[in-house]
Amino acid sequence: MGGQAKGSTPFAQKHLLGLADYSAADILYVLDQAKMFREVLDRPVPKIPTLRDKTIVNLFYENSTRTRLSFELAQKRMGADVVNFSAGTSSTKKGESLKDTIRNISSMKIDMVVSRHESPGVPHFLTRCVDATIINAGDGAHEHPTQALLDMFTMRQLAPDLRGKRVVMIGDIAHSRVVRSNIIGLRKVGAEVMVCGPKSLMPLDVRSLGVEVSFDLEEALGWCDFAMALRIQMERMNGGTDLFPSLREYHELFGIKMAHLERYPDFTVMHPGPVNRGVELESDVADSDRAVILNQVTNGVAVRMAVMYLLSGGLRTG
Amino acid sequence: MTLKTEPRKTPSLLLKNCKPIGGIYTGNEQSDLRIRDGKIAEVGSGLAPAPDELVHDAGGHFVSPGWMDMHVHFREPGQEHKETIHTGCRSAAFGGFTEVACMPNTTPPIHTRDVVEYIRNVASGEPVAVHPIGCVTKERKGRSLAEMADMKKGGAVAFSDDGDPVYDPAVMRTALEYSSMLDRPVINHEEDLALSRPGHMHEGSISTKLGLEGTPSIAEEVMIARDLLLAELTGGHIHVAHISTRNAVQMVREAKAKGIRVTTEVCPHHFDLTHEEIEKRGFDTNVKMHPPLRTQDDVDAMIEGLRDGTIDAICTDHAPHSIEEKEVEFIYAPNGIIGLETAWSISVMRLLEPGHLTLPQLLEKFIRAPREILRLPVPALEVGAEANLTLFSTDETWTYTEAVIRSKSRNSPYIGQTMRGRATGIYHRGIWVLNEL
Repeated sequence: MGGQAKGSTPFAQKHLLGLADYSAADILYVLDQAKMFREVLDRPVPKIPTLRDKTIVNLFYENSTRTRLSFELAQKRMGADVVNFSAGTSSTKKGESLKDTIRNISSMKIDMVVSRHESPGVPHFLTRCVDATIINAGDGAHEHPTQALLDMFTMRQLAPDLRGKRVVMIGDIAHSRVVRSNIIGLRKVGAEVMVCGPKSLMPLDVRSLGVEVSFDLEEALGWCDFAMALRIQMERMNGGTDLFPSLREYHELFGIKMAHLERYPDFTVMHPGPVNRGVELESDVADSDRAVILNQVTNGVAVRMAVMYLLSGGLRTG
Repeated sequence: MTLKTEPRKTPSLLLKNCKPIGGIYTGNEQSDLRIRDGKIAEVGSGLAPAPDELVHDAGGHFVSPGWMDMHVHFREPGQEHKETIHTGCRSAAFGGFTEVACMPNTTPPIHTRDVVEYIRNVASGEPVAVHPIGCVTKERKGRSLAEMADMKKGGAVAFSDDGDPVYDPAVMRTALEYSSMLDRPVINHEEDLALSRPGHMHEGSISTKLGLEGTPSIAEEVMIARDLLLAELTGGHIHVAHISTRNAVQMVREAKAKGIRVTTEVCPHHFDLTHEEIEKRGFDTNVKMHPPLRTQDDVDAMIEGLRDGTIDAICTDHAPHSIEEKEVEFIYAPNGIIGLETAWSISVMRLLEPGHLTLPQLLEKFIRAPREILRLPVPALEVGAEANLTLFSTDETWTYTEAVIRSKSRNSPYIGQTMRGRATGIYHRGIWVLNEL
């Protein structure tokens, strides 16, 4: 792998806390590296033991089957030793603080921590607790940088240069870490971003994120090259205050339907999964050749391999 | 920390080279101040030490009537791992405060006369007078009124369910009616919980960026609007606790102009820091408090409110939490910071040095205003009066470190910061406390 790397510049980042800390050059570098790992995945033996001397803990305080599987597969494809720590409940309920937990785990000589937690800022907190490299696999509604990287990777398979490309993200903008990381990343590489959804699912000052805002799906789909529908979190519907009236009305207003694909023939459908069929997307839309949802999943493994490779000092040791 | 000089009974003290400010004294002239039997005995230049006197060279620092913080949380009884009345008083003395009013969200809450008297008894030997604020409602639950008159007899100076608002408007109406009969304010923690929960920081551009649930300014403003209307209706005195938004200041300004009995207070962090700190400091929970740090525009409005008198007092909302409670995930961390030890320095740097307030104007916020709100006597700086004094500088440069902290807790965003202006000692109840670094 190291022999194929361009030059010998070490990757300057130690962690991946969020795309907010990465420059456009960092992002594009990760995405370029990921191409090579994507090719590896198509080989008969899709393994490349570049992390065989590394020990990684997946620290998941929130349920996330697919992100954890994707990271774990990426780790195993690269020969890392992997341990999984899952806790359904918060640290405060569990009796041991997160700080104690991570310091205990770290004492077992861990090189890298992949963290998923409901609280924004947990990856930042972890950097103050231990020396290991921290990768954010989702911190509340803050960032989910590897998701945004895999989304951008998937877009670049269709549009190698994202400058000037238009991406609309549709749905629950306020509570989505996928949105935040994508907005940050896409804007850094020169794409234009619009958010679209019910006003009650938009954060205050949403325009301060540097995005266009629309409450009209037709307008958004007519404008964009890529339309990313976001999963509607069902808990938003029974947490006491409903933020929109019904799934039925949501689908009426913001669900992408086959008729849209006919009316606007140029845009590509994306979704970070898991899809609520009949809510964000009409079922046929999810299965149509305009959707690249399964490509996103495959690409996720390659992008995570690239991230872990670079952060483990891959270029220097490779 | 171990104090080099423990506070001690010092009935007779000669402060050499101090600049008295307050009463007839302007702070422009350096002189000596003699205390005999706990009373101010003599002010003049070149006073000779008597044989039984402790002499302290004040090095040209000011001496004013003792300061008061009308909003602290001393955690005793019930949460002594965060702070006790003793450590709280130690912290207050280090900040230059000779009197404080403590909020009743203890366990049990200060909701009956016996708890009021318990606090006063525990604090009776301290150099800092601790005035309990009683609960508005029994158990601090917001439903039925606590025995306010009885608590007043026991020494309660005001009523509040602070930590939580008095949420039910009918309860608030009754509380204002009843407390007006007792000539004591109701202090409300202004927060409409339906609008604010589950907020973890100010709702705005930074909460949007960080994905943290926001506490909107209107959660504070809606509650203040309600309380101002109820105060107008009842003639009761509403004291708006820890004000933090521009609209809130404007509403109080207009209410005062209409003659509504309203007063308010602001914490130093609300005229110093903004919500941007949460991003800058990588989700440091020492910038998580309620009300949250807001915008620069709100900070500017706090300063305007202090300048034109809309905001009467400076308070700290001193809220100690232990390290294990604060060193957790941002959304699980409790709100609040300790503030007694840094209030003066922040006020000097943010209000005095930029010229927003003169020194006498700033001292009003620390001396007269809180006591008038709570109907307490304002200590006099005059010969014959009980010596209730704060010794302070406005230009000494020092660094606030963990090593100097007197509070039992260390949850301050100011640790490591260079400060200007310091309270160098207090004298109260015949006890001299020299604040050494």
